[in-house]
Amino acid sequence: MEKNRIKILAFGQLTDHVASSGFEMDFVQDTDTLKERLYENYPGLKNLHFSIAVDKKIVNSNTHLAAGCEIALLPPFSGG
Amino acid sequence: MMNRFERQVKLPGIGREGQQKLQQAKVLVIGAGGLGCPALLYLAAAGVGTLGIVDGDIVDASNLNRQILFGANDVGKPKTACAAAMLRKKYPDVHLISYSFYLRAENITEVLQDFDIVLDGSDNFETRYLVNDACMLMEKPFVMGAIYQFEGQIGLFNDRREECTSVQYRDLYPEPPPAGQIPDCNQSGVLGVLPGIIGTLQATEVIKYICDLDKPKSPTLLIYNMLKQQFYHLEITPNPENSIKLPANKEALKNTDYSVICGAGTEEISWEYALDIAKKSMGKTALVDVREYGELPELQNPNCIKLPLSNLESQVKELQNLQNLIIFCQSGIRSQKAYKRLREIYPYKTILSIKGGINAAASTKIFKDNA
Repeated sequence: MEKNRIKILAFGQLTDHVASSGFEMDFVQDTDTLKERLYENYPGLKNLHFSIAVDKKIVNSNTHLAAGCEIALLPPFSGG
Repeated sequence: MMNRFERQVKLPGIGREGQQKLQQAKVLVIGAGGLGCPALLYLAAAGVGTLGIVDGDIVDASNLNRQILFGANDVGKPKTACAAAMLRKKYPDVHLISYSFYLRAENITEVLQDFDIVLDGSDNFETRYLVNDACMLMEKPFVMGAIYQFEGQIGLFNDRREECTSVQYRDLYPEPPPAGQIPDCNQSGVLGVLPGIIGTLQATEVIKYICDLDKPKSPTLLIYNMLKQQFYHLEITPNPENSIKLPANKEALKNTDYSVICGAGTEEISWEYALDIAKKSMGKTALVDVREYGELPELQNPNCIKLPLSNLESQVKELQNLQNLIIFCQSGIRSQKAYKRLREIYPYKTILSIKGGINAAASTKIFKDNA
């Protein structure tokens, strides 16, 4: 992966709305900007509920990103 | 007596002391479904002394691909009774307590108070948030498990042991998703081995907790992908802001309407999504037209049922064998009224309302395809 990129992993039903379950994007500075960029590229995500993890840590608020970081997009599951 | 546990007593960290702890433990399993069945089997096999089973459902033939405590002869019978009978036969030394009803804000504290740890194998967000809130209030640890198609999530929450960090499900998802957005197993399908694996992982966490085996360094959400055979671990951090979202005490919990919190008042979906559900679970789903007879245009769809709002009370029985009810009217107003009433009549069905009604469909391609 190039330095100015970030890696995105999508889980659950989110994978239906993005390029694939794992893909790369140009670097963005924080998670709020990332969300905006994702909504632009994948409008289907806009109406979906999901949490974000940065380098395998769930984040609760806008978080700065480092180049080369790994983002996970995590929808809740209800099935049992 | 101890012969039944000989092999696990040999394990480092369990021993006679660990077996004693299991024998004294009281575990509540919420939902005797795809997750609950394998979890109950392994907890009983391991010698957990007291097992509570809560479920208000009856066995359906469509459950049998994954709810492995039940067989063909159990169809139509209450799940708790069948599960308890099976487990009693296999493990007469386990004390089983059946609660043949669904957990609600009104009854959960009474059920929880007699147990040390909870295994949440429920299949809806109403129960998940109710269990989270009640367990947080009553200081009970709980192991959450949930699935979607080929993936599962599990996590141990509210771990108050020394050196551990207590987190809640709301630290992962502070608010429930809008109702109807996340499909359940009825809508999205499920292969039995997935809840088998996730339910077994939940039982593993419960046993580890009871025996104090390998305390987690930090609270973790584990995600399993069955197709890729991959695990993904995520660290959950406690967020004090989410504690404010919990009811203040047991009384406040009792008075909380979780169907409202989980968006039951606003379960509005689009035509695209509605027709997709109708297609995917044909025979179990109806598009319920609550407009009066003669209102145009008619929706030409094989899953459409006409049930005018004015006739709702007298005709409502026509819906009793369906699982998913998707209501629509002309503009979306009457369907909300119908929604409210149907929710009261059928608390356990999936009920959704189409946003904007026929007016919203008329401008879309979907309607033309169906007209």
